[in-house]
Amino acid sequence: MRTIIFRFTAPYLTSLMVLFSIFVLLRGHNEPGGGFIGGLIAASAFAIYGIACGVAPVRRALHFHPMAIAAAGLMLAVLSGVLSLLIGVEFLTGLWAFPTFLGTEVALSTPLFFDIGVYLVVVGAISSIALALEETETD
Amino acid sequence: MTQGAVPLIDYSVILPVAICFIFGAGLLMMRKSIRWHPLIALPGLVLLFLADLTLLYRVATQGTVTMMMGGWLPPFGIAFTADLMGALFLAASGFAALCCGIYAVASISKVERRYGFFPLFFIMMGGVSGSFITGDVFNLYVWFEVFLIGSFGLLILGSRHEQLDGATKYCFLNLVGTTFFLIATGYLYGIFGTLNMADIAQKAAETDKTAMLFTLAALYFVSFAMKAAAFPLNFWLPASYHTPRFVVSALFAGLLTKVGIYAAIRINLMLFPPERAELSAVFAWVAALTMLVGGLGALAQTDLRRLLNYVVIAGIGTMFVALAMPVPDGDAVPSSLSVGLSGTIFYALHSIVVMTALYLAAGVAAHLTGTSSLREMGGLWRSNPLFAAVMLILLFAVSGLPPFSGFWPKVALVRASISGDLPWLAAMVLVSGFLLTIASARVFALGFWRPLPPIAAADRKVEPGGVVEEKFLAAGPDRALSAIPLFALTAFVIAAGVWPQWLFDLTDGAAAGIVDPSGYISSVFGDAP
Amino acid sequence: MEIALCFVVAALFAVTVYLILSKHIIRMLLGVVLLGNSVNLLIFTNGRIQSIVPPIIPEGLEVPGEMIANPLPQALILTAIVISFSFFAFLLVLSYRAFQDLDTDDTDEMRIAEPEDEGLPPLGY
Repeated sequence: MRTIIFRFTAPYLTSLMVLFSIFVLLRGHNEPGGGFIGGLIAASAFAIYGIACGVAPVRRALHFHPMAIAAAGLMLAVLSGVLSLLIGVEFLTGLWAFPTFLGTEVALSTPLFFDIGVYLVVVGAISSIALALEETETD
Repeated sequence: MTQGAVPLIDYSVILPVAICFIFGAGLLMMRKSIRWHPLIALPGLVLLFLADLTLLYRVATQGTVTMMMGGWLPPFGIAFTADLMGALFLAASGFAALCCGIYAVASISKVERRYGFFPLFFIMMGGVSGSFITGDVFNLYVWFEVFLIGSFGLLILGSRHEQLDGATKYCFLNLVGTTFFLIATGYLYGIFGTLNMADIAQKAAETDKTAMLFTLAALYFVSFAMKAAAFPLNFWLPASYHTPRFVVSALFAGLLTKVGIYAAIRINLMLFPPERAELSAVFAWVAALTMLVGGLGALAQTDLRRLLNYVVIAGIGTMFVALAMPVPDGDAVPSSLSVGLSGTIFYALHSIVVMTALYLAAGVAAHLTGTSSLREMGGLWRSNPLFAAVMLILLFAVSGLPPFSGFWPKVALVRASISGDLPWLAAMVLVSGFLLTIASARVFALGFWRPLPPIAAADRKVEPGGVVEEKFLAAGPDRALSAIPLFALTAFVIAAGVWPQWLFDLTDGAAAGIVDPSGYISSVFGDAP
Repeated sequence: MEIALCFVVAALFAVTVYLILSKHIIRMLLGVVLLGNSVNLLIFTNGRIQSIVPPIIPEGLEVPGEMIANPLPQALILTAIVISFSFFAFLLVLSYRAFQDLDTDDTDEMRIAEPEDEGLPPLGY
């Protein structure tokens, strides 16, 4: 699989796919998309990078271990639910805030953070499985 | 259902699950610093147990409590509903988990910690806790899968050959079992158009689609029998439960099969009572054969842990007795059902504690003698009299002998079987208890009472008290860490055996809440229906 | 439409049962994959197929403008797909490890956890 064309294009393809996955993640609340599908896109991006350039560069690029990323996502998702307990409403109730950054109104909400958590869980879990399988192939 | 501002104590509905996942995720994030894992995991388990106790206190004093996820109204949102039965199971599981956690500090090696023993432990506990408090059928399926994922990870921790062998069978069978659950849930949704348990309980009482409900109840029964390892779907359990670390076996034997029992009571008995009554003959046969297979299987084993596998199965059969109580025509709920159900819930709590303790004690015995085979064990009464006394109490309790915790629930179950016109089932409970007594007596006589066998001493791999093989690394250098959980569990066994009334008060209430789910329903939908 | 899907579900279940009854792990794995898919199709059919309009409320409205597809089975299936996918990945890795270590994928020969030649337990002192 390590043709020069593939190795040359893979980094660009990966970065484009990760960018697209974040786009899909953020449009998820009102339109088709969301954390799960975005996470799958990102994980397949890392899998492509792994096929093209080997597993070690992917691990270096991710910096954190994939399982740690998944754990961080799980933590974020649970904490976004616990936040509503602190306010005094039921677990996982959506809380919204509309602060203004640079003249634009930004909709921040606990569902958004929950979705980011799901995204991270999927990215971490799927890429850790994919990388493990790619590693055994090259051995 | 709570509306508007939630009282502080009602948060305890969600706390067990939230604590498990926060600690599980936190520990998973700290992969590098495994030295800190026990120091964080133990307070986490203490918190979990305290949250379970708070919830039990809340439910016991003020009745069933419901929290709707995200504030969505029932029956559309996912409900977390803790009734007395769920809270009791939850508290017992928290207790067993805390004891296993303390035991694991010394007995789980660095390598296994690095592979994530404690995070997997918390994820499994999260799944188990979620199963006990969810009020939504599909959500129950999701929690089943969550604790399965955790248990898969724990089961293959160490990757020895027999572990891979056992895990393959365990994983396939459990996956097929939960898929049966999913199939039944798909049909359930097709019939009722709802997945909320309280809503289903209302609608099932009014519907006339009895033939479809009968199929559903049978499908659920198959899936829960598979999870609980009831005969003839029990063969995965003796193939796998003796392969992982002792502490993992203890957790599995204490908790996982009881989730199957809990789900069978919740779904078959609470949601579909007429269909359960129709199926009661099948339940009776399954209960009787499971008890018999467990008792006879325990007699045939040489390895201490494989013997205990069959003791678990015999216990499962005993717990199915309440589900076998027939309902005479045109009668309201017979007293045999509520008495038997109370006995079953008591027995399940007893079994959670005593099976966990027995596997942990087996771990200590294997550590002290360097073997888990009854052929080579011996001399423990002489060398460790206190430990041998604890083991004797646990063996008495598991065989159902007075004055320990296994006796009273069996009395209740025998009484219920006789008043429910099933004397042969009552006899079967006693026969299975007799077989377990013989098996327990053999364990004690061979492993503890007799002196160290001379033949075995010749080809013994390690001298007693010397360096121990890694797979028997149970107590570790620090003996207190294995003694504290054993004493705590044994204290419960004695307390529930000598003063059973407080526990019976609780289980009677739990059984009444299942037989007549109106309290459960009004907790979800509010008082005005 | 539902009738046709019922037949597809039945066919998928038949194939699944045949595959899972095999004693070779790899066939059982394929059976597990098919099992997951047939259950998903079953849930989908159980949700009744009334419309193919996606269940999304258009901009500016409070309720959907026309008859939409039932969203709940889709949510259930999505969850079930995630779970069965992750279980399949786990089982695949586990079976591969078991094959490497035990040198067989025949379940009849996997007797390490329960050895066949183990005799009776000691019958007396």
